[in-house]
Amino acid sequence: MDISTTKDTPLPSTPPPPAAEEKRAARGATRPGDRIFLGLSRGSGIFLLAIMAAIAVFLSYRAVLAIGKDEGNFFTTFEWNPTGNPPVFGIAVLAFGTIVSSIIAMAIAVPVAVGIALFITHYAPRKLGGPIAYVVDLLAAVPSIVYGLWGALVLVPQLDGLYGWLNDYLGWTGIFEWQGGAPRSMLTVGILLAIMILPIITNVSREVFRQVPQMHEEAALALGATRWEVIRMAVLPFGRSGVISASMLGLGRALGETMAVAMVLSSSFEINLSLLDPGGGTFAQNIASKFSEATEMGRDALIASGLVLFVITLLVNGAARLIIARRKEFSGANA
Amino acid sequence: MKLQRKNRLRALSLGAVAVTGALTLTACGSDDTGGGSAGGSSAPANSKIDCGDAKGQLLADGSSAQKNAIDAWVKQYTASCKSVQINYKGSGSGAGITAFTQGQVAFAGSDSALKPEEVTASKEVCKGGQGIDLPMVGGPIAVGYNVPGVDSLVLDAKTLALIFDSKITNWNDKAIKALNPDAKLPDLKIQPYHRSDESGTTDNFTKYLIAAAPDNWKYEGGKAWQAKGGQSAQGSSGVAQGVKETKGAISYMELSYAKDGMSTVDIKTGATEPVKATVENATKAISEAQVVGTGKDLALKLNYTPTAEGAYPITLVTYEIVCDKGNKADTLPATKSFLTYIASEDGQGLLADAGYAPMPEEIITKVRSTISGLS
Repeated sequence: MDISTTKDTPLPSTPPPPAAEEKRAARGATRPGDRIFLGLSRGSGIFLLAIMAAIAVFLSYRAVLAIGKDEGNFFTTFEWNPTGNPPVFGIAVLAFGTIVSSIIAMAIAVPVAVGIALFITHYAPRKLGGPIAYVVDLLAAVPSIVYGLWGALVLVPQLDGLYGWLNDYLGWTGIFEWQGGAPRSMLTVGILLAIMILPIITNVSREVFRQVPQMHEEAALALGATRWEVIRMAVLPFGRSGVISASMLGLGRALGETMAVAMVLSSSFEINLSLLDPGGGTFAQNIASKFSEATEMGRDALIASGLVLFVITLLVNGAARLIIARRKEFSGANA
Repeated sequence: MKLQRKNRLRALSLGAVAVTGALTLTACGSDDTGGGSAGGSSAPANSKIDCGDAKGQLLADGSSAQKNAIDAWVKQYTASCKSVQINYKGSGSGAGITAFTQGQVAFAGSDSALKPEEVTASKEVCKGGQGIDLPMVGGPIAVGYNVPGVDSLVLDAKTLALIFDSKITNWNDKAIKALNPDAKLPDLKIQPYHRSDESGTTDNFTKYLIAAAPDNWKYEGGKAWQAKGGQSAQGSSGVAQGVKETKGAISYMELSYAKDGMSTVDIKTGATEPVKATVENATKAISEAQVVGTGKDLALKLNYTPTAEGAYPITLVTYEIVCDKGNKADTLPATKSFLTYIASEDGQGLLADAGYAPMPEEIITKVRSTISGLS
């Protein structure tokens, strides 16, 4: 609504006849309340953009300061020593660790979450589905520091058996080779992150599966499809874009998770091919670990690494939107 | 279909809210062990504490390593001087010094002395003066280990360096056997833990390795761990937890964390007997430290290779950092009064109960005279 279109209508001093009021309401706002609200909402919008711009400018400025003094290559150096002489730091290990731990988390969480969502919406009796959905919601309400505590105190000591098994049967791949160190590795982080992102993916998928038109399912049933075939032919194609966007929401959390990773991972600035050996690190974990003792230079370096995480997150979100936009045309579900 | 899209949107935004909610709920780890109760639950007013005209709120920030000591002191001090509130935030030495040079706190606690550029920065808040280091709290850095069936273990600097550099990887290694002829050392992988966060403990431990085993520890040193390999965990409590739950683990930490489920290593120095990690033994080693600060600055250079009997070589000294001149007028009386108390015999006497080592006599005397000259 543009105010200028109503400027030429003077404010009537007496209540206008009902017909005129109706007409005016349809054309736009002239009352003080409307104008105040318009001003407030427009102001909020501009304020948000201004804050974003200020943050971006501040982060870039500090990051550029730090990178300018970096004697190593910011993208390929396997070291983090911004206070050293000369200062040397690079994000290679952090980028690798962030992406690998998120991929592990997604590989575990997405199939399980889709399974839970399908069970709740299509298999479980109503009496059982409700409580399960509720419990999954509760998982989302647990703060990540609690996941971190649980991971460090309960999960890590329990994983020796799994690690031994993986080493025995899959150790030849190199990825699952285990030297016998305490299981505080990328795989453990991935498992923990999977549990943390499970509720988000489950919830969104569940809502999407619930939206599948009854007609599609009944049509499939009428053609003689079994329940699995109904899910495969009617439910999954309909929900695909929804599941992808759900996964991206989960991925966003996995990429940025801080305290839980910092408490569980045995971080170091080296890249291990094996997922079972300690080492590596993630952007958010590194910032949390290094921040409290960081000097000015160290802080700028951490901000620079934060910017890279920001860019990675933007790229991931952009990719997700592209996928969703493309899928929409083919799925035929969004008619 | 419109309704459907709306619902999906709502579901998405719900999910988004859940994500942001969970992300903002993260919190920071803390190094507290609760050892700060050394002052007892009801601290009686102490007549020896001179409150002077101290009043108001005293803000301080810095090293988490000395937080328990400060807490014990604050409890005693405020019981006598009720018009003063002291708030020491243990957010880390780096954060403390930054807060000090920005003029946010009256004094800072730090695991290491001010660097030249930090002294320069401090001149802006200390009108006509500069920031100085007052050594106040000492402590042994214990090496805790978890090896079933081995209750006492002797190691020297060289073996420690090789273990933490992942060069010695098994507990039945010849080098360890040679130092412990009587111990039943199992065939068990050694899992050395180090701090994943930057820490004054790491700084002092590696300084010891550099000084005492220069041929076997080739790293530059500093607050960030530099050797490759091994395990890492966050904070003193994190590495202590790691050692407790991992068989074959070994790590360095402040003495107060090295209890329940682990034993501490006796260090073989030049003395005839291996030295246990105790508060008294740490004070003995600190008394060999030299004052290297100039003027009123009392920064210490620790002797990491003491040969005296019962001098424990791996120690840590934390400083209080104040302005020698130009302290803020409204906080100066309280700062001076509190620092006078903690440097007094009473104040230093509290330290041993909290797992810290008091400063040796010759050093604390200098500290006292410096404090009395603060302006």
